[in-house]
Amino acid sequence: MSVLNNYVYYGGAFGLIFIGIYIVLVKRNLIKVIIGLSILDTGINLFLISLGYISKGTAPIFSKIDMEIARMVDPVPQALVLTAIVIGVAVLALALTLAIRLYHHYGTLNLRKIKDQRW
Amino acid sequence: MRRIISLVLLVIVALGIALCVINIPFGTPKTKVGNYYIDNGREETGAVNIVTSVVVNYRGFDTLGEVTVLFVAALGVSVILATLKKKVEKKVEPSSLILNTSCRFLFPLILFFGAYIFIHGHLTPGGGFQGGAIIASAFLLTYLGCRGKRISEQKVKITESISGLVFVVIGLIGLAVGGHYFLSNFLPKGILLSLLSAGIIPIIYIAIGFKVGSEIAGIIDKLMEES
Amino acid sequence: MIFIDTFLIIVMLAAAISASIFKDLMNAVIASCLVSLIASILFYFLQAPDVAMAEAAIGAALITAIFVIAIKRTKRYEE
Repeated sequence: MSVLNNYVYYGGAFGLIFIGIYIVLVKRNLIKVIIGLSILDTGINLFLISLGYISKGTAPIFSKIDMEIARMVDPVPQALVLTAIVIGVAVLALALTLAIRLYHHYGTLNLRKIKDQRW
Repeated sequence: MRRIISLVLLVIVALGIALCVINIPFGTPKTKVGNYYIDNGREETGAVNIVTSVVVNYRGFDTLGEVTVLFVAALGVSVILATLKKKVEKKVEPSSLILNTSCRFLFPLILFFGAYIFIHGHLTPGGGFQGGAIIASAFLLTYLGCRGKRISEQKVKITESISGLVFVVIGLIGLAVGGHYFLSNFLPKGILLSLLSAGIIPIIYIAIGFKVGSEIAGIIDKLMEES
Repeated sequence: MIFIDTFLIIVMLAAAISASIFKDLMNAVIASCLVSLIASILFYFLQAPDVAMAEAAIGAALITAIFVIAIKRTKRYEE
């Protein structure tokens, strides 16, 4: 799996981030906005992991007792992203529960109509 | 109108970020903390998986914060959905015999696989969060395959509470005995690459695996109640 | 196949764009599940097996299930 020595991973991660921000800004349905949040989350995690990559490195796990440690990938961003993925799922579950509650109260999920109704 | 303004704004921001990111080279070592963890991780913690030793031993307090966030989210889901008015329960037709039997056959196998992943967290890639997610998807399979079968809420609450308590109590014991800081590794390190090594790391990962699995299963159970 | 990661990144971006275009919300959710799955493969190419396992188990299975349950309790079509 040779990785090209250019910035294709950065481009992919930032492409996901910008598509996510576009969905959150423009779309009107509440569940579409939450799908945009999920895509934004995935893009940020991909960017963090691609910062910690070292060329021709291996995964930071010792399979034999004396392995060569000169070429191992940075383990700190992987630990941070592990936490971030689980927190992402917690935030999405709570957001969808609030969307269900809003639907029961207003009868619609269109953000323009919800903003127009006052109490 | 709104689309054109936001597209123009995003293109400007993208150009600015692209100019900054070009100067970050891809594939060169950038920090020095990672080298310290790789060089001294095996002697200080006894775990062969360096990511596990960073998550549980060196940055154990962040993992405690993350477990708290998941707990608060599960609590919020239960509270918000408890005050909805309940409609009349629709009659659910039972699933066919093949579906029912194969789901009941697969359920203990998937639980076994999830338990294998979080018990060997310090030797192979894996750990508490991955194993907990696999356990939650075993419960999801039961909900989808055999309709009308629910897990009892008492057992989920008791499992979740006891697992969280085990995590905090082990941290406090590390404060009293051993290195005199929270979550210090006070059990003996053992031989590398054996199952009973790395001090408190397997115990904490078993607690986290049970807690995450039962929490997400509880969230799915609350969402799936028929209105 | 030297350029497999470029190909996968192009498919991932196409899935993300089509998640914003579809009017049926079920189709959009399945497109976002495809984004998570390809991200999990890319995590493996970047030598991070722990993160790949977590993203595949949580992002591609549990998030999609929670979305489908929430769509079932509200409307299905974006108006």
